[in-house]
Amino acid sequence: MELQAIWFFLWGLLWAVFFMTDGFDFGVGTIYPFIGKTDTDKKTMISAIGPLWDGNEVWLITAGGVTFAAFPAVYATMFSALYTPLMLILFALIIRGVSIEFRSQIESPGWKKIWDACFFIGSAAPALLFGVAFANIFQGLPIDGDGIFHGNLLTLLNPYGLLGGVLFLCLFIQHGALWLCIRTEGDLQARAINVSGKSWPVVLVLTLVFVVSSYFATDLFKNYFAQPLLFIVIIAAVVSLLGVRFYLKKQSFFMAWGASSLTIVLATFFGVIGLFPTLFGSNMNPEYSLTAYNSSSSPLTLKIMLGVVICFIPLVIAYQAWAYKVFSVKVKEEDLHHGESY
Amino acid sequence: MDVVFLSRLQFAAATMFHFLFVPLTLGLSVLLAFMETRYARTGDEDYLRMTKFFGKLFLINFAVGVVTGITLEFQFGTNWSRYSEYVGDVFGSLLAIEASVAFFLESTFIGIWMFGWKKLSAKAHAFVMWLVAIAGSLSAIWILAANSWMQHPVGYAIRNGRAELTDFLAIVFQKFALLEMFHTLTASYIFGAFFVMGVSAYHLLKKNEVQLFTKAFNMALVVGLVSSVLAFISGDLHGIHVAEVQPAKLAAMESHWETAERAPVFLFAIPDEENETNLIEIGRLPGVLSFLATHDFNAKITGLKDIPKEERPPVLITSLAFKAMVGLGTFFPLITLLLWIKRKKLLENPLLLKIMLFSIPLPVVALESGWVLAEVGRQPWIVYGLMKTSDAASPVAGPQVLFTLIAFVIVYGLLGAVGYYLMFKNAKKGPEAA
Repeated sequence: MELQAIWFFLWGLLWAVFFMTDGFDFGVGTIYPFIGKTDTDKKTMISAIGPLWDGNEVWLITAGGVTFAAFPAVYATMFSALYTPLMLILFALIIRGVSIEFRSQIESPGWKKIWDACFFIGSAAPALLFGVAFANIFQGLPIDGDGIFHGNLLTLLNPYGLLGGVLFLCLFIQHGALWLCIRTEGDLQARAINVSGKSWPVVLVLTLVFVVSSYFATDLFKNYFAQPLLFIVIIAAVVSLLGVRFYLKKQSFFMAWGASSLTIVLATFFGVIGLFPTLFGSNMNPEYSLTAYNSSSSPLTLKIMLGVVICFIPLVIAYQAWAYKVFSVKVKEEDLHHGESY
Repeated sequence: MDVVFLSRLQFAAATMFHFLFVPLTLGLSVLLAFMETRYARTGDEDYLRMTKFFGKLFLINFAVGVVTGITLEFQFGTNWSRYSEYVGDVFGSLLAIEASVAFFLESTFIGIWMFGWKKLSAKAHAFVMWLVAIAGSLSAIWILAANSWMQHPVGYAIRNGRAELTDFLAIVFQKFALLEMFHTLTASYIFGAFFVMGVSAYHLLKKNEVQLFTKAFNMALVVGLVSSVLAFISGDLHGIHVAEVQPAKLAAMESHWETAERAPVFLFAIPDEENETNLIEIGRLPGVLSFLATHDFNAKITGLKDIPKEERPPVLITSLAFKAMVGLGTFFPLITLLLWIKRKKLLENPLLLKIMLFSIPLPVVALESGWVLAEVGRQPWIVYGLMKTSDAASPVAGPQVLFTLIAFVIVYGLLGAVGYYLMFKNAKKGPEAA
């Protein structure tokens, strides 16, 4: 495979891993006001993602950095075209990060209410907006030959874009609820199980609607029809989503969460494979589209970066997996009083 | 509305705010690692309580530093897309390496450190703080390599209408980068040391936890003395190199107008850019500029008048930033040396302790001035000699940028206020009871 193609799929993989990891943090933040009834519930929920969210967010930084390094023209055009939604996402991520840290600093109900609201908005907004952004990327945007975007925020809020947003939000809600099933106990866990169970059919329906709409709204299926073997990815996504249901019924939450992780990665790859080799498509004129071939860095840069990624990303995965293992145990009430939590 | 100007303001606001917190993260993490290692080795509970106390302040600072860093990575794309497209082949890889090699390590292990007190042994826990400290400095090294390339581009060729990488190692190991890394890191360690000394001084003045804070103070004093001497030396070397590769910046730093041998330094000067002269000149030291720039009192130094007007940086800001940085950079080794001489009788010296308490913000003033000097002094270039800042902005609408600029100022202003309030509150409260 050519370097550009390898980088195209690495680019997709980094975004997929970001959605898989930070996705459950977003999900926990989104259901936080609804199933966190008491202050102890809330502290437990924040502590359930507390040790991990920061490391998870670095997948976003890396995905952004790799876009810059491997496809500078895409980095430049995509982020200036998506100026407003990207800034909204960044501000949301800022207030999410500090709300986690600040909330526990002062024991006052008013103070906590402010940061509770920030935590919710800072989690739900990026979940929704990333979905809207990616659905629009799947669909193509009004980009001219100079990389100038001819549209505004409302251009992005078309039905297919919104469908993508809602799908992401629901995927992450399910994903976050499953993580809470792993890390909590008692009433809170029962509520998390309830959310997981109820969100599942919604996710299933949305996934199917999204796949079918993609047929009409995008060119994603072109690659699939050219290479029918690729349909396995879509089938695998649906099978792993069925797996979520299966393991949830058996109360093996870790497996259910794993199946949900796989669903998110495969759902992202459904789009990434369909896009190939286009990274940022123009719907004004296909010639303006930025592809892995016309927007990549020089072969030397791609090679050096490939070396870096091959050496370091497995290492990152190894120590993050260790961190996940250390912190996949239940958050106990006594932990909340020992400075081991928020 | 001028998109370039608004984007510059926004980038300056975002970077300078981020940089209020980052150097403290770098410096304090090293001190925390020393403190916790001491605890793991000796079992002395004072060091454990010290680690937890300063650790709490560290985490508040870290949180604000981290969240404000995310926007920076993306602003090159949102606001400087022409720049990103033109130099991304070289510049982008440095940012991507920073994330995958260093930032992952720092962010993953800070979570483990924070929540892992009971899950890890004392030694393993201290080791985790070392990983955080090393990863932080490593992160800075990659970012500074990227910045150094903007200051003094090497290892590239113009091909396919853009700057393409030709020699990766030349970029990372170029003299400018090594000096900038050494100078910025040592300056950051000064901030960590002055923070610990200042907070300790506050409690020592109140005769609160005297034993613990004496230990903390002495530990920070060693780090502060060593790093302020090293920052001073590296600053001198860096200055010589800047004189060599960025003559316009050097001339602006000293508001030096006429090309001359035995070029002077003024202790204080206010430049008048319109009339190409200085309004006020106080304390003329002949030959000193020649000496600082080359270590030879008689060397010829190019004046601003011999640099085309459109290639001169803003002289007033550059020169004031330089003076602030150098003044403070001279104060740090002197005061820490004095403290070192008097270290046995600290408690009998409330004046010295008070000076240290009020010196807490000084290192960050020096650090910010250093950055203003580096960045404003590079103008009008975004990449020195290669690309002008005015050609680098994104084709976005002015009002869009104005809107986000206002949002940045409001959101960051609130974050800063809350962050500092929480740090003050916890610093005053002192360590938890044993």
